[in-house]
Amino acid sequence: MAQKKFVVGCFDDEATLFPAVKQVRNAGYKIKDVYTPFPVHGLDHALGMRETSLHTAGFIYGITGTTTAISCISWIFTKDWPLNIGGKPHFALPAWIPIIFELTVLFAAVGMVLTFCYLCQLAPGVKKHHFHKRATDDLFVMVIECTDKTNADDLQALLKSNGAVETETQIAEDGWWFGTYDKEDDLYNQKQLA
Amino acid sequence: MASIKEQFEIPGTLKTWAYALIGIGGAALLYGMFTKGFSTDEHEQVHFWGTLMYNTIFWTLVCNAAMFFICFSTMAQAAWMQSFRRIAEAISTLVPVFGTITFAVLMYVVLGDKHHIYHWLDHEAVMNDPILKGKTGFLNPTFFIIWTTLTITLWSYFGYRMRKISSEADQGPMDADTAKAYNIKGMVGAGFFLVWFGLTVASTIPWLWLMSIDAHWYSTMYSWYTFASSFVAGMALIALWVIYVKNKGYLELTNQEHLHDVAKFMFAFSIFWTYLWFSQYMLIWYANIPEETVYFKHRVQGAYKPIFFLNLVINFLAPLIILMKRSAKRNFTLVAFMAVLILFGHWIDFYQMVMGSLMKEHVTLGWLDFGILGFFVGVLILMVARSLASKPLIAKNHPFLKESIIHHT
Repeated sequence: MAQKKFVVGCFDDEATLFPAVKQVRNAGYKIKDVYTPFPVHGLDHALGMRETSLHTAGFIYGITGTTTAISCISWIFTKDWPLNIGGKPHFALPAWIPIIFELTVLFAAVGMVLTFCYLCQLAPGVKKHHFHKRATDDLFVMVIECTDKTNADDLQALLKSNGAVETETQIAEDGWWFGTYDKEDDLYNQKQLA
Repeated sequence: MASIKEQFEIPGTLKTWAYALIGIGGAALLYGMFTKGFSTDEHEQVHFWGTLMYNTIFWTLVCNAAMFFICFSTMAQAAWMQSFRRIAEAISTLVPVFGTITFAVLMYVVLGDKHHIYHWLDHEAVMNDPILKGKTGFLNPTFFIIWTTLTITLWSYFGYRMRKISSEADQGPMDADTAKAYNIKGMVGAGFFLVWFGLTVASTIPWLWLMSIDAHWYSTMYSWYTFASSFVAGMALIALWVIYVKNKGYLELTNQEHLHDVAKFMFAFSIFWTYLWFSQYMLIWYANIPEETVYFKHRVQGAYKPIFFLNLVINFLAPLIILMKRSAKRNFTLVAFMAVLILFGHWIDFYQMVMGSLMKEHVTLGWLDFGILGFFVGVLILMVARSLASKPLIAKNHPFLKESIIHHT
C-alpha cells in the first residue's frame, strides 16, 4: 500500500462542516472523506459522492442464488435422483419456491455483507490509519488528499478560515493492512522527524 | 408558509368525469339490476348480486385501508405522512358511503335468502350437512347481520373520530404540553380503530363476507390475503390522489421523498400479498386434499385459469420488476401508472375471489363488471374531491408537520 500526504481539518459542529465542505470543494480540492460521530443526512450529496452500487451487486447476487437453486434442485430431482414424493411430479415447482427464495436471500445477504466490508475495507485483523483519535467520537474530521500541486499550508489556512478547530498535515498509509498499529507509530516518528 | 395553497378547489374536468362515470355506471347498474338482479332466473340473479357484492366490498375495504394507514402511522408516531394525511382522510370519508351500499347488498342477499350465493343460508341443506352444521355457530344469518352492522358502524365511527382529532390541528398553534396531549389523544383514537380493524378486516369479515361463499371450504390465509389485497390497493389509491392533487398545483410540501415511501408500501405489500397467495396455494397443492383443492380446481384448471394467472402477473411480477428500483419509486408518472395497475389488479383479484366461486363454469367479466366499477369510481372521485375541498389540505399546526417537511428518504 502506498503512503500519501493528507491535510486533515477537524470541525466540532455539523453546522460549520457543511459550508466548509462547500468552500473546500469550490476551491478545487478533492475531499477524500469526512469521518463523523454519527450519520449526517445529506453529507454524501454535499461531498458529491456517487450513488452506491451495492444494491446492483445485491441484485446480481440474488439472481445468482435463484439460478443456483433452480438449476441445482431441478437437476437433482429430475435427472440425478428422481424420487416419488407424495405422487407429485418430479418437476414440482411450487414445492421448490421456498428453497429458491431462501437461497436468493442467502446469496444476496452474504454477498452484500462481504462486498460492503470489502468496499469499506473492513475485515477481522485488518487495520486502517486513523486520521484523528476523536474522529468517530465527537469531531467531524475532513480529510483531503494532496496532489503534487497542493499547497498544504494554503489548504490549512482555508480550513481554519472556514471554522476548523484543528488542522494538520499527515503522511499516512492510504489503504488497509494486516497486522498491528506498529506502522502508525513509525509514521508518528517520521512526522516528528519532519 | 404564506405561499401554501390550503384550499382545494375541485377542477371542472374532474367533476365532469365523475358525473359521466356515475351516469354511465349507474345506468349499467340499474339496467343490470332490473334485467338480471330481479329476474326469475337464479343464474342471472347470482351473476348480478355477486358482481355488485365484490365491487362494493372491494371499494369499502380499499377506502377503509386509507384510514388504517392513518391509524397505524399515528400509532407509530410516524411524521412523514403528515404533509398529505388529508388525502388519506378524504378517501376514508367514503367508508360510511360504500359501507352503507355494502350493508344494503349483503342484507338483500341474506334476508332475501339468496342461498345460491351463500349456501349456508339454505337451512334444510345445512341441517343435513355435518360440516355446515358444525359451522352454524358462526355462519348463521343472525350473527352475520349483527356483526356486519357493528363492523360498518364502528369503522365509520372510529374513522370519524380520527378525522375530528385531525381537524383540531387547524384551530391554532399548540404549545409543547398541548402538542403532547394531542399526540396521546391521536394514539388512543388510532388504538380503538386498529383493534377493531384487527378483529374485522384481518379476521372475521373476510370469512363472513367472502370466504363463506365457499361454505365448505376454508383457508387460514384467507383473511390476511384479503387484507393484503385491499391494503396494497388502498396505498395505490392514496398515491394516485396525492399525485393528482400535487399535479394540480397543491401539496407543495409533499415531494419525491414522500412519494418514495408511499411507493415502498405499494412494492412491499405487493410482495406480501404474493407471499400469502403462494402460502395459501402451496399448502393446498401439497396436501392435495379434495376438500381443500375444490377452491383451486376451476381457478387453476378451469375457466378462470387466464384470470388467475393474469392476477399473479399484474399484482406480483409487474410491481416486483417495475417498482424495485429507487428511481422508479421517485418517478411520479411511473408510480401513477403502477397505482392504476395495482388497483385494477386487485379489483380483478376480488373478481376471481367472488365470481370464481359463484360462476364456476365461465368467466363473466363484461359490461356489468365495468359498468359497476365505473359507478363506484365515479362516486369515489366526486366524494373524495368534495371532502378534500371541505377542509384545509395541510394540518398546518400539527406537531409533526415540520418533521414531514424535512423528510428525507
